[in-house]
Amino acid sequence: MSILINKDTKVICQGFTGAQGTFHSTQAIEYGTRMVGGVTPGKGGTTHLDLPVFNSVEKAVNDTGANASVIYVPAPFCKDSIIEAADSGIELIVCITEGIAVMDMIEVKAALRYNNARMIGPNCPGIITPGECKIGIMPGDIHKKGSVGIVSRSGTLTYEAVNQSTIAGLGQSTCVGIGGDPIAGTSFIDTLDMFEKDSETKSIIMVGEIGGTAEEEAAEFIQNNVTKPVVAYIAGVSAPKGKRMGHAGAIITSGGGTAESKYNALEKAGVRTVKSIAELGEAIKSVY
Amino acid sequence: MNLHEYQAKDLFRSFNIPCSTGTTITKTHEIADAIKQLKGNKWIIKAQVHAGGRGKAGGVKLIESVDEAQEFTESLLGKNLVTYQTDKNGQQVNTILIEEVCNISSEFYLSMLVDRGSESIAIISSTEGGMEIEEVSRNTPEKIITTRINPAIGIMPYQVRKIFTTLGLEGKDLYRELQSMLVNMITMFKQNDLSLLEVNPLVLTKENNLLCLDGKVSVDSNALYRQKELEKKHDLTQEDEREIDAESFELNYVALDGNVGCMVNGAGLAMATMDLIKLHGGDPANFLDVGGGATVERVTKALEIILSDKNVKSILINIFGGIVRCDIIADGIIEALKKIQTDVKFVVRLEGNNAELGLKKLEDEDLDILVAKDLTKATKLAIESAAL
Repeated sequence: MSILINKDTKVICQGFTGAQGTFHSTQAIEYGTRMVGGVTPGKGGTTHLDLPVFNSVEKAVNDTGANASVIYVPAPFCKDSIIEAADSGIELIVCITEGIAVMDMIEVKAALRYNNARMIGPNCPGIITPGECKIGIMPGDIHKKGSVGIVSRSGTLTYEAVNQSTIAGLGQSTCVGIGGDPIAGTSFIDTLDMFEKDSETKSIIMVGEIGGTAEEEAAEFIQNNVTKPVVAYIAGVSAPKGKRMGHAGAIITSGGGTAESKYNALEKAGVRTVKSIAELGEAIKSVY
Repeated sequence: MNLHEYQAKDLFRSFNIPCSTGTTITKTHEIADAIKQLKGNKWIIKAQVHAGGRGKAGGVKLIESVDEAQEFTESLLGKNLVTYQTDKNGQQVNTILIEEVCNISSEFYLSMLVDRGSESIAIISSTEGGMEIEEVSRNTPEKIITTRINPAIGIMPYQVRKIFTTLGLEGKDLYRELQSMLVNMITMFKQNDLSLLEVNPLVLTKENNLLCLDGKVSVDSNALYRQKELEKKHDLTQEDEREIDAESFELNYVALDGNVGCMVNGAGLAMATMDLIKLHGGDPANFLDVGGGATVERVTKALEIILSDKNVKSILINIFGGIVRCDIIADGIIEALKKIQTDVKFVVRLEGNNAELGLKKLEDEDLDILVAKDLTKATKLAIESAAL
């Protein structure tokens, strides 16, 4: 078991023939992901990377039976791509693209309420079940099949968590990058809930950052619903108020969002926290 | 991206949102003509900077004569205004807004923002106008009313009624005024891709009209590609020069006060690196995300920007090679270091894809740098080097 994706997941790529789509689809195919085709409007009927290209997601789903889609189209067109995927019956939509306007995301989330689709991202590295399926831009070779479930708002910090849990000998069940934007498809709570129910996941690493209150809400959820050990790190203790730290969502506003409040909430919920990103591996080993 | 108060009010007017009447000047000698265009015998002069707390910092004044106006304008233009929201250098005043005064009956607080939790626009309103809203929310949270707007249907009449009642307003005319103001503000918020709209204070005049006396507007930077008119209003004099320079090279840089510079790939890891420096007793000089493709050009530019901060005594380069190979990144660092003349100490930590090969390349070069695979060790080395 794992969460959301496994060796049977059939993946298409939206923005397939572009530079990003081409590069990362090649990597995914090499990793063993079951890529079944791609979508680039206007290029339907051709082939790319030995896979069929379709004009629409609907046609791709009908012809290939795809149930997941990864999106690399430029930010201005993502709203359309995400809603097209959801309306076409795709169950898992992974949007890697960075820089989507927040007003577009408000509309996307409102539209997704009428579908059964789950969206991950945007502005995220994607999702991987080691040894089975890689959807996104993460380097496959640092992962190892194992027991730690990882959920993170940041790409490179996910890689740190992965690398350290691999070195610790534990490996990962599934790693989910939920993305650094203020409005995201999948939350910490959604992911924690899935890890709790997954038999393969024995412990969980959660990597948060300043901005918003998603970590505080996750802490409350952990206290009431998660029995597996959780180790957490929050980035941004040293960030000044009012300055956006790279991610659109990583900003301390007058409404809150400080690392201190997040650490407090997590510690109160019984989560083992680390103040140094370099200590995740040791910590997850100690709670195992 | 922030707008100045006068720019925000121009936007308000274009959406029929009533606000105080005024005009702007950029030179002291223009003040007499500016005042002639305005009614009354008292006026408000307000320094235009991207920061709150202008009143307490001496950037706002009620004046009663042209001479007084001239004197006050002279004292502001070209100077930096330091408020509790700016850094210690403050922000330059290049524009002065001069406005008519109105007869205030009561003051309120009104703002709109993107609410992450409900994934919608939220309206925040309070009877406690003219005060710092952070303080109100700390001391009397019950006086703040949050109204969430369903993105599919917009504001409902019951929500307008609730805000109307809690602000203590009365009468049919005033209700219609508030309703049209809120509806217009939501339209403006959506059409212009705003991330924040704040009016503090919103006032009820003695003539029984609602009027925005102040206006603060932030635009979602991710939407600037479709907000070209707003993008033109961006006043670069209000931003850190190095941050603007970095942005033009697609580098994400934020200046801080410490002496340990850092160059990192990825925003999350860049923050975590700053935190590590702080955790081990150092003081980070900046946030810098060099991005995934750390090419020679980008690395060189990033290092030049960090080094332009004279407080920097050492630089920690922290790279986790994902898709990009560390040996290629090492080549970039080597080339960049050969071009840059400095006695600032560099500490390089490489991890991930081909890290060993990258570290070996760095060690083989005759460069005056320290290398480490371990992040904690690298951080400590950088802090020690800065203290020398």
